[in-house]
Amino acid sequence: MTTKKNTTKSTSKSSSTKASPRRRAVKSAMYRPSDDDLIAFYRQMLLIRRFEEKAGQMYGMGLIGGFCHLYIGQEAVVTGVQTALKDGDKVISGYREHGHLLAVGADPKAVMAELTGRSGGVSQGKGGSMHMFDPARGFYGGHGIVGAQVALGTGLGFANKYRKTDNVSVAYFGDGAANQGQVYESFNMARIWNLPVIYIIENNQYAMGTSVSRSSSQVELFRRGESFNIEGKQVDGMNVLAVRGAMEEAVKICREGKGPAILEMKTYRYRGHSMSDPAKYRSKEEVKKMRAEHDPIDQVKEMILKAGVMDEAALKDVDKEMKSIISDAAAFAQECPEPELSELYTDVMA
Amino acid sequence: MAIEITMPALSPTMEEGTLATWLVKVGDTVASGDVLAEIETDKATMEVESIDDGVVAKILVEAGTDEVKVGTLIAILAEEGEDPNALDTPTKASSAPDNQGNTAEGAKAETLTEVTETAAQPKPAIVAEDVHIPDGTPMQNITVREALRDAMAEEMRLDPDVFVMGEEVAEYQGAYKVTQGLLDEFGSERVVDTPITEHGFAGLGAGAAFAGLKPVIEFMTFNFAMQAIDHIINSAAKTRYMSGGLVECPIVFRGPNGAASRVGAQHSQNYASWYANVPGLIVIAPYDAADNKGLLKAAIRNPNPVVFLENELMYGESFDVPDMEEYVVPIGKARTFREGTDVTIISYSITVGQALRAAEKLAEEGISAEVIDLRTIRPLDIDAVIESVKKTNRCVVAEEGWPQCSVASDISAQLMEQAFDWLDAPVTRVNSVDVPLPYAANLEKAAVVDADKIIAAAKAVCYEE
Ligand SMILES: Cc1ncc(C[n+]2csc(CCOP(=O)(O)OP(=O)(O)O)c2C)c(N)n1
Ligand SMILES: [Mg+2]
Repeated sequence: MTTKKNTTKSTSKSSSTKASPRRRAVKSAMYRPSDDDLIAFYRQMLLIRRFEEKAGQMYGMGLIGGFCHLYIGQEAVVTGVQTALKDGDKVISGYREHGHLLAVGADPKAVMAELTGRSGGVSQGKGGSMHMFDPARGFYGGHGIVGAQVALGTGLGFANKYRKTDNVSVAYFGDGAANQGQVYESFNMARIWNLPVIYIIENNQYAMGTSVSRSSSQVELFRRGESFNIEGKQVDGMNVLAVRGAMEEAVKICREGKGPAILEMKTYRYRGHSMSDPAKYRSKEEVKKMRAEHDPIDQVKEMILKAGVMDEAALKDVDKEMKSIISDAAAFAQECPEPELSELYTDVMA
Repeated sequence: MAIEITMPALSPTMEEGTLATWLVKVGDTVASGDVLAEIETDKATMEVESIDDGVVAKILVEAGTDEVKVGTLIAILAEEGEDPNALDTPTKASSAPDNQGNTAEGAKAETLTEVTETAAQPKPAIVAEDVHIPDGTPMQNITVREALRDAMAEEMRLDPDVFVMGEEVAEYQGAYKVTQGLLDEFGSERVVDTPITEHGFAGLGAGAAFAGLKPVIEFMTFNFAMQAIDHIINSAAKTRYMSGGLVECPIVFRGPNGAASRVGAQHSQNYASWYANVPGLIVIAPYDAADNKGLLKAAIRNPNPVVFLENELMYGESFDVPDMEEYVVPIGKARTFREGTDVTIISYSITVGQALRAAEKLAEEGISAEVIDLRTIRPLDIDAVIESVKKTNRCVVAEEGWPQCSVASDISAQLMEQAFDWLDAPVTRVNSVDVPLPYAANLEKAAVVDADKIIAAAKAVCYEE
């Protein structure tokens, strides 16, 4: 896929607070999508949205236990990032990772069955919502400890370099996770050894109930690599073309052995932190405004209609198709048996 | 097809809630994501969002209804193109198990009973004798959550050096609502929200304690204290000794410990034996509300670093707590919860409830079990354990946590050293299965300690089937 330079001005400018006097923020060029790209983005994001809606509903029915963190609102990030990768690239994330599994191509049935704790789940029902793995597709979890994936992802990048491949690794983490010490230990190592790691900060503006401004001395998280001499960029994470455009550049840098790179994705989660979060720390208006004005799926939908790639009826058919994939997944996740009791003792050690 | 809206479960432990308000009425068109209703649980008010586009056809549970069980049908939406008036109300309200496959149904039902069972915690036959409770002291029935909050609030009123710090402790009122109300009363200088930086704020807390303050550091759960364990052990526990007694570290590290409900391997660990291994630390793991209150107050006043292990599943449980000003429970003393003559069951934290339940069932079968709650793990009240074993000559130690190098292992070793001649059977450990905690409901249930496993062990040491 070729990336042509975008000539039109970026439409949705993300608000950058307190511009630093040190360095001006540089934006990447928007990705110029083909018709097929647009359709693929739309399908991918809609699949994740419908999946998560169903998961929320099934949680409410008591079919999913424990914690369940939904990705609704953030679909453009994983979609833009994953489509810029190639075979052999490795990916790691936190506990809000259902969408990441779907974006690496995991079967929605297996992802949903993990949520219900069944033998057909991606982790055989042993991991649950927060601990899903699919190494065959380059996905290394699914980590419940905030920040852990940053050091681990740096290690995945180290392995790529060690083996002398041009593969990259991607470590997704939140704005809250960005305050863990190991993030900066990782940044430092990644720079001194020029590791091919792309750090994707999914800045959805809240860590549980704590807004970025309450937890961070530097709220422009893309600048967090400055003292390690790692270039960072801020990206409109609600716009899949902006995400993909920024990724094209970051991937190039890393494949050429000049990594790491930091991309701060300004995004938003529509739902509470987990299913049990009453979300009193933000106003309903704030959520409504985001949904109405920045929804990643609506944005692509508009592009598709405007470019005449599909009409309303065809888009509706896509939605129907996604809903049916998800309802099959939900049925599978409920019909599939629980793991055999003997599985309790397996996989502890080799 | 009509879209059925059921009373949702909003947390791993929620069973019922109040349907507070409807934000839509029959005939309204709603889109996916619109808020339909607000429901209240013991912890919070939450919104029920529509999961689909449609028209509200029927509202089946009125606003203001209490105790609406999770899974109860509360409304029906008509899908686009459907006639809302033509929809039938299903005669049977659909509930979670109805939507499950057969295998799952059994398992889910069991999980639900388990939760219900925990809801009614066995009451102690014997009240702690180690606090002087004046005659006529009234009792307040409060939850463990409230008991902990009251302990902190009382100590903060008494001592301006006491402050609370941790993730979401202030504005959010605590991730598990344990610090509810503290920000309002004491302000943001004494109730401090931190970034997600456990290693940093545990160290900061230890440093502030070196300087004479009395920090109460909350870990959202003890699983995350692993990020900070270096400061708990290397900075807090050892400084008094290394400085030849010149510097002390009066700090409390507290938060929920152990398995909750289906939160998986990384969020379900019991750290009692880890910290109990460390000289210089006090380790407390109480069971009921009175002990949670009285021991937390003692911990805050203690000049040593204290690791205070709570249990999330116990937060909502209610117990009687003496309503008196100075309810401080001494650290380092076990408590006999139930007297018996045939076998001693030792445990701590949530497992005390299982032990009491086991003792009740054993009594029905003619076996008289004495139940001892350790309360403090370090220093360990081994004398109380030995005293009991001298009477019963048999001992089972029940602990939710892995067996190797556990608290149970240590008690077993100490009994062998100090009470060998009094034992008529090998001391038996009842621990969680020696695997990381699985997520699947059936596997999780099989992995943790329950009353039946304790009963089986008690019968075995009594040489009964
Ligand atoms: C080390 C650690 N501390 C605390 C937690 C509890 N916790 C889980 S998610 C979370 C908030 C993380 O926020 P952010 O990194 O912004 O990610 P988001 O949830 O917004 O995707 C917290 C505090 C944890 N899982 N691990
Ligand atoms: Mg966040």
